[in-house]
Amino acid sequence: MAKLKIEDLKKIKERVQGETALRAGTRRVKVTVHMGTCGIAAGAREVMDSLMNEIEESGVTDVVVTTSGCMGLCSREPEVTVEILDQDPIIYEFMNQNKMRQVFKRHVLEGEIQTPFALAKTKGQS
Amino acid sequence: MLELSMNILDIVENSTRAGASLIKISITEDRGDDILRIEIVDDGEGMKPDIAEKALDPFYTSKDVRRVGLGLPMLSHAAKITGGRFTIESTKGKGTVVTADFGHSHIDRQPLGDMPGTLVTMIAGNPRVDFVYTHLSDGESYALDTREIKNELEDVPIDHPKVIQFIRENIRDGLKEIGAGR
Repeated sequence: MAKLKIEDLKKIKERVQGETALRAGTRRVKVTVHMGTCGIAAGAREVMDSLMNEIEESGVTDVVVTTSGCMGLCSREPEVTVEILDQDPIIYEFMNQNKMRQVFKRHVLEGEIQTPFALAKTKGQS
Repeated sequence: MLELSMNILDIVENSTRAGASLIKISITEDRGDDILRIEIVDDGEGMKPDIAEKALDPFYTSKDVRRVGLGLPMLSHAAKITGGRFTIESTKGKGTVVTADFGHSHIDRQPLGDMPGTLVTMIAGNPRVDFVYTHLSDGESYALDTREIKNELEDVPIDHPKVIQFIRENIRDGLKEIGAGR
Protein backbone atom coordinates (compact mmCIF):
# COMPACT_ATOMS: atom_id res chain seq x y z
CA MET A 1 0.00 0.00 0.00
CA ALA A 2 1.18 3.50 -0.84
CA LYS A 3 1.85 5.28 2.42
CA LEU A 4 2.53 8.67 3.85
CA LYS A 5 6.23 9.44 4.21
CA ILE A 6 6.30 10.47 7.87
CA GLU A 7 9.98 11.36 7.66
CA ASP A 8 9.31 14.00 5.00
CA LEU A 9 6.50 15.43 7.08
CA LYS A 10 8.84 15.74 10.05
CA LYS A 11 11.32 17.69 7.96
CA ILE A 12 8.62 20.12 6.86
CA LYS A 13 7.49 20.56 10.45
CA GLU A 14 10.99 21.39 11.64
CA ARG A 15 11.56 23.86 8.83
CA VAL A 16 8.22 25.60 9.27
CA GLN A 17 8.08 25.76 13.08
CA GLY A 18 10.47 28.71 13.23
CA GLU A 19 8.24 31.03 11.23
CA THR A 20 7.06 33.98 13.30
CA ALA A 21 3.69 34.61 11.65
CA LEU A 22 2.68 31.10 12.54
CA ARG A 23 3.14 31.59 16.25
CA ALA A 24 1.79 35.12 16.42
CA GLY A 25 -1.27 33.96 14.49
CA THR A 26 -1.17 37.08 12.35
CA ARG A 27 -3.09 36.63 9.14
CA ARG A 28 -2.77 39.81 7.11
CA VAL A 29 -4.90 38.68 4.18
CA LYS A 30 -7.76 36.23 3.80
CA VAL A 31 -8.53 35.00 0.30
CA THR A 32 -11.79 33.12 -0.18
CA VAL A 33 -12.44 31.06 -3.29
CA HIS A 34 -16.16 30.53 -3.74
CA MET A 35 -16.56 26.78 -4.09
CA GLY A 36 -20.25 26.11 -4.69
CA THR A 37 -21.49 23.83 -7.47
CA CYS A 38 -21.54 26.82 -9.81
CA GLY A 39 -18.01 27.90 -8.88
CA ILE A 40 -16.56 24.41 -9.23
CA ALA A 41 -18.23 23.90 -12.62
CA ALA A 42 -16.81 27.25 -13.76
CA GLY A 43 -13.24 26.39 -12.73
CA ALA A 44 -12.88 27.46 -9.08
CA ARG A 45 -10.63 24.52 -8.22
CA GLU A 46 -8.10 25.54 -10.87
CA VAL A 47 -8.22 29.11 -9.51
CA MET A 48 -7.59 27.70 -6.02
CA ASP A 49 -4.68 25.63 -7.37
CA SER A 50 -2.97 28.65 -8.90
CA LEU A 51 -3.55 30.66 -5.72
CA MET A 52 -1.99 27.94 -3.56
CA ASN A 53 0.95 27.66 -5.96
CA GLU A 54 1.52 31.42 -5.89
CA ILE A 55 1.52 31.44 -2.09
CA GLU A 56 3.93 28.52 -1.99
CA GLU A 57 6.29 30.10 -4.51
CA SER A 58 6.23 33.57 -2.92
CA GLY A 59 6.92 32.09 0.50
CA VAL A 60 4.50 34.41 2.34
CA THR A 61 3.07 33.09 5.58
CA ASP A 62 0.51 35.77 6.46
CA VAL A 63 -2.03 34.89 3.76
CA VAL A 64 -4.75 32.41 4.57
CA VAL A 65 -6.81 30.68 1.92
CA THR A 66 -10.30 29.44 2.51
CA THR A 67 -13.34 28.29 0.55
CA SER A 68 -17.01 29.16 0.81
CA GLY A 69 -20.26 28.15 -0.77
CA CYS A 70 -22.31 29.88 -3.42
CA MET A 71 -23.65 33.34 -2.63
CA GLY A 72 -26.20 33.50 -5.41
CA LEU A 73 -24.21 35.21 -8.17
CA CYS A 74 -23.65 31.96 -10.05
CA SER A 75 -23.40 33.58 -13.49
CA ARG A 76 -20.27 35.48 -12.46
CA GLU A 77 -18.29 32.52 -11.13
CA PRO A 78 -15.51 31.78 -10.42
CA GLU A 79 -15.49 34.42 -7.71
CA VAL A 80 -12.73 35.23 -5.27
CA THR A 81 -12.90 37.55 -2.26
CA VAL A 82 -9.75 39.29 -1.06
CA GLU A 83 -9.90 40.67 2.47
CA ILE A 84 -6.92 42.66 3.62
CA LEU A 85 -6.82 43.41 7.35
CA ASP A 86 -8.71 46.63 8.18
CA GLN A 87 -9.91 47.07 4.59
CA ASP A 88 -13.24 46.34 2.93
CA PRO A 89 -13.31 42.98 1.11
CA ILE A 90 -13.14 43.04 -2.68
CA ILE A 91 -15.00 40.40 -4.69
CA TYR A 92 -13.50 39.47 -8.05
CA GLU A 93 -15.60 37.89 -10.79
CA PHE A 94 -14.95 35.62 -13.81
CA MET A 95 -11.63 34.53 -12.37
CA ASN A 96 -9.18 32.19 -14.02
CA GLN A 97 -5.64 31.07 -13.25
CA ASN A 98 -3.98 34.07 -14.91
CA LYS A 99 -6.26 36.62 -13.28
CA MET A 100 -5.70 34.89 -9.94
CA ARG A 101 -1.93 35.18 -10.31
CA GLN A 102 -2.29 38.87 -11.16
CA VAL A 103 -4.64 39.54 -8.23
CA PHE A 104 -2.27 37.71 -5.90
CA LYS A 105 0.84 39.59 -7.05
CA ARG A 106 -0.75 43.05 -7.33
CA HIS A 107 -3.52 43.12 -4.75
CA VAL A 108 -2.60 40.58 -2.08
CA LEU A 109 1.10 41.37 -2.07
CA GLU A 110 1.13 45.03 -3.13
CA GLY A 111 -2.29 46.27 -2.07
CA GLU A 112 -3.35 47.50 -5.48
CA ILE A 113 -6.99 46.56 -6.23
CA GLN A 114 -7.37 45.07 -9.70
CA THR A 115 -10.48 47.02 -10.70
CA PRO A 116 -10.94 45.49 -14.19
CA PHE A 117 -11.75 42.12 -12.55
CA ALA A 118 -13.61 43.46 -9.54
CA LEU A 119 -17.30 42.79 -9.11
CA ALA A 120 -17.93 44.64 -5.89
CA LYS A 121 -16.56 46.09 -2.71
CA THR A 122 -18.44 44.82 0.30
CA LYS A 123 -18.63 45.79 3.92
CA GLY A 124 -16.23 43.82 6.06
CA GLN A 125 -17.63 41.08 8.26
CA SER A 126 -14.54 39.73 9.94
CA MET B 1 -19.01 19.02 -14.08
CA LEU B 2 -16.46 17.39 -16.31
CA GLU B 3 -14.63 15.21 -13.82
CA LEU B 4 -15.63 12.91 -10.98
CA SER B 5 -13.14 14.70 -8.75
CA MET B 6 -15.08 17.96 -9.22
CA ASN B 7 -18.32 16.24 -8.24
CA ILE B 8 -16.59 14.92 -5.13
CA LEU B 9 -15.38 18.39 -4.18
CA ASP B 10 -18.92 19.65 -4.59
CA ILE B 11 -20.58 16.94 -2.50
CA VAL B 12 -17.99 17.37 0.25
CA GLU B 13 -18.91 21.05 0.35
CA ASN B 14 -22.41 19.88 1.41
CA SER B 15 -20.84 17.86 4.23
CA THR B 16 -18.79 20.76 5.54
CA ARG B 17 -21.84 23.02 5.42
CA ALA B 18 -23.68 20.38 7.44
CA GLY B 19 -21.07 20.86 10.16
CA ALA B 20 -19.24 17.56 9.67
CA SER B 21 -16.00 17.08 11.60
CA LEU B 22 -14.97 13.86 9.87
CA ILE B 23 -15.55 13.14 6.19
CA LYS B 24 -14.60 9.82 4.67
CA ILE B 25 -14.20 9.57 0.92
CA SER B 26 -13.56 6.25 -0.69
CA ILE B 27 -13.15 5.33 -4.31
CA THR B 28 -13.15 1.73 -5.41
CA GLU B 29 -12.18 0.77 -8.91
CA ASP B 30 -12.82 -2.81 -9.92
CA ARG B 31 -12.09 -3.27 -13.59
CA GLY B 32 -12.99 -6.97 -13.46
CA ASP B 33 -16.55 -6.19 -12.37
CA ASP B 34 -16.44 -2.99 -14.43
CA ILE B 35 -17.41 -0.75 -11.56
CA LEU B 36 -16.18 2.50 -10.09
CA ARG B 37 -17.74 3.38 -6.75
CA ILE B 38 -17.55 6.68 -4.93
CA GLU B 39 -18.69 6.79 -1.33
CA ILE B 40 -18.78 9.90 0.83
CA VAL B 41 -19.63 9.47 4.51
CA ASP B 42 -19.95 12.41 6.86
CA ASP B 43 -20.92 12.98 10.48
CA GLY B 44 -22.75 16.22 9.78
CA GLU B 45 -26.22 17.16 10.94
CA GLY B 46 -27.96 14.86 8.42
CA MET B 47 -31.39 15.28 6.89
CA LYS B 48 -34.89 14.07 7.60
CA PRO B 49 -36.04 11.39 5.11
CA ASP B 50 -38.33 13.75 3.17
CA ILE B 51 -35.52 16.30 2.73
CA ALA B 52 -33.01 13.62 1.68
CA GLU B 53 -35.45 12.57 -1.02
CA LYS B 54 -36.04 16.14 -2.17
CA ALA B 55 -32.28 16.76 -2.34
CA LEU B 56 -32.23 14.91 -5.67
CA ASP B 57 -34.66 17.38 -7.19
CA PRO B 58 -32.66 20.05 -9.06
CA PHE B 59 -35.28 22.61 -8.12
CA TYR B 60 -34.95 21.97 -4.42
CA THR B 61 -32.31 23.72 -2.32
CA SER B 62 -31.82 24.47 1.36
CA LYS B 63 -30.37 27.86 0.51
CA ASP B 64 -32.27 31.04 -0.16
CA VAL B 65 -29.78 32.85 -2.40
CA ARG B 66 -30.93 30.95 -5.50
CA ARG B 67 -33.68 28.57 -6.53
CA VAL B 68 -31.76 25.55 -7.78
CA GLY B 69 -29.58 22.92 -6.11
CA LEU B 70 -27.67 21.04 -8.74
CA GLY B 71 -24.82 19.29 -6.90
CA LEU B 72 -26.48 15.98 -5.99
CA PRO B 73 -28.69 15.80 -9.12
CA MET B 74 -25.63 16.18 -11.35
CA LEU B 75 -23.69 13.42 -9.59
CA SER B 76 -26.74 11.18 -9.66
CA HIS B 77 -27.18 11.83 -13.37
CA ALA B 78 -23.50 11.25 -14.09
CA ALA B 79 -23.73 7.84 -12.41
CA LYS B 80 -26.99 6.78 -14.02
CA ILE B 81 -25.95 7.51 -17.61
CA THR B 82 -23.12 4.98 -17.19
CA GLY B 83 -25.56 2.25 -16.15
CA GLY B 84 -24.74 2.88 -12.51
CA ARG B 85 -26.79 3.84 -9.50
CA PHE B 86 -26.93 6.51 -6.90
CA THR B 87 -28.12 6.42 -3.31
CA ILE B 88 -28.28 8.88 -0.47
CA GLU B 89 -28.92 7.75 3.08
CA SER B 90 -29.21 10.28 5.82
CA THR B 91 -30.05 10.20 9.48
CA LYS B 92 -30.99 13.40 11.23
CA GLY B 93 -28.36 14.16 13.83
CA LYS B 94 -25.97 11.43 12.67
CA GLY B 95 -24.79 12.15 9.16
CA THR B 96 -25.14 11.33 5.51
CA VAL B 97 -23.82 8.63 3.18
CA VAL B 98 -23.74 9.30 -0.55
CA THR B 99 -22.88 6.40 -2.85
CA ALA B 100 -22.47 6.60 -6.61
CA ASP B 101 -21.68 3.60 -8.80
CA PHE B 102 -20.41 4.05 -12.34
CA GLY B 103 -19.82 1.68 -15.22
CA HIS B 104 -16.01 1.84 -15.21
CA SER B 105 -15.50 1.33 -18.93
CA HIS B 106 -18.66 3.14 -20.02
CA ILE B 107 -17.91 5.75 -22.68
CA ASP B 108 -19.94 8.39 -20.83
CA ARG B 109 -18.17 7.90 -17.52
CA GLN B 110 -16.41 11.09 -16.55
CA PRO B 111 -12.68 10.72 -15.99
CA LEU B 112 -11.52 10.73 -12.38
CA GLY B 113 -9.64 13.99 -12.96
CA ASP B 114 -7.47 15.86 -10.52
CA MET B 115 -8.05 14.09 -7.19
CA PRO B 116 -4.96 15.67 -5.56
CA GLY B 117 -6.35 19.11 -6.47
CA THR B 118 -9.76 18.23 -5.04
CA LEU B 119 -8.33 16.89 -1.78
CA VAL B 120 -5.94 19.76 -1.10
CA THR B 121 -8.71 22.25 -1.87
CA MET B 122 -10.91 20.52 0.71
CA ILE B 123 -8.14 20.36 3.29
CA ALA B 124 -6.90 23.93 2.81
CA GLY B 125 -10.46 25.28 2.72
CA ASN B 126 -11.54 23.39 5.85
CA PRO B 127 -8.45 22.90 8.02
CA ARG B 128 -10.52 22.00 11.09
CA VAL B 129 -12.37 19.18 9.36
CA ASP B 130 -10.71 15.78 9.17
CA PHE B 131 -10.64 13.82 5.95
CA VAL B 132 -9.99 10.16 5.34
CA TYR B 133 -9.40 9.25 1.73
CA THR B 134 -9.01 5.69 0.56
CA HIS B 135 -8.60 4.61 -3.00
CA LEU B 136 -8.71 0.97 -4.08
CA SER B 137 -7.67 0.12 -7.57
CA ASP B 138 -7.93 -3.60 -8.43
CA GLY B 139 -6.72 -4.63 -4.98
CA GLU B 140 -3.97 -2.00 -4.69
CA SER B 141 -4.76 0.71 -2.16
CA TYR B 142 -3.83 4.23 -1.18
CA ALA B 143 -4.91 5.94 2.03
CA LEU B 144 -4.62 9.42 3.48
CA ASP B 145 -5.84 10.42 6.93
CA THR B 146 -5.52 14.06 7.95
CA ARG B 147 -5.74 13.05 11.64
CA GLU B 148 -2.42 11.22 11.25
CA ILE B 149 -0.89 14.22 9.52
CA LYS B 150 -2.11 16.64 12.19
CA ASN B 151 -0.70 14.38 14.92
CA GLU B 152 2.67 14.47 13.27
CA LEU B 153 2.58 18.21 12.61
CA GLU B 154 1.72 19.20 16.20
CA ASP B 155 1.50 23.04 16.22
CA VAL B 156 2.12 23.48 12.50
CA PRO B 157 -1.21 24.09 10.73
CA ILE B 158 -2.22 21.55 8.09
CA ASP B 159 -3.08 24.37 5.67
CA HIS B 160 0.49 25.68 5.67
CA PRO B 161 1.58 26.03 2.01
CA LYS B 162 4.52 23.63 2.45
CA VAL B 163 2.30 20.99 4.05
CA ILE B 164 -0.35 21.38 1.34
CA GLN B 165 2.34 20.97 -1.30
CA PHE B 166 3.56 17.82 0.44
CA ILE B 167 0.05 16.35 0.64
CA ARG B 168 -0.59 17.13 -3.02
CA GLU B 169 2.58 15.35 -4.12
CA ASN B 170 1.91 12.43 -1.80
CA ILE B 171 -1.56 11.86 -3.27
CA ARG B 172 -0.31 12.28 -6.82
CA ASP B 173 2.49 9.73 -6.34
CA GLY B 174 0.29 7.37 -4.34
CA LEU B 175 -2.47 7.29 -6.94
CA LYS B 176 0.03 6.81 -9.73
CA GLU B 177 1.61 3.91 -7.87
CA ILE B 178 -1.68 2.02 -7.56
CA GLY B 179 -2.75 2.80 -11.12
CA ALA B 180 -5.80 4.83 -10.10
CA GLY B 181 -8.01 6.40 -12.75
CA ARG B 182 -6.59 4.37 -15.62
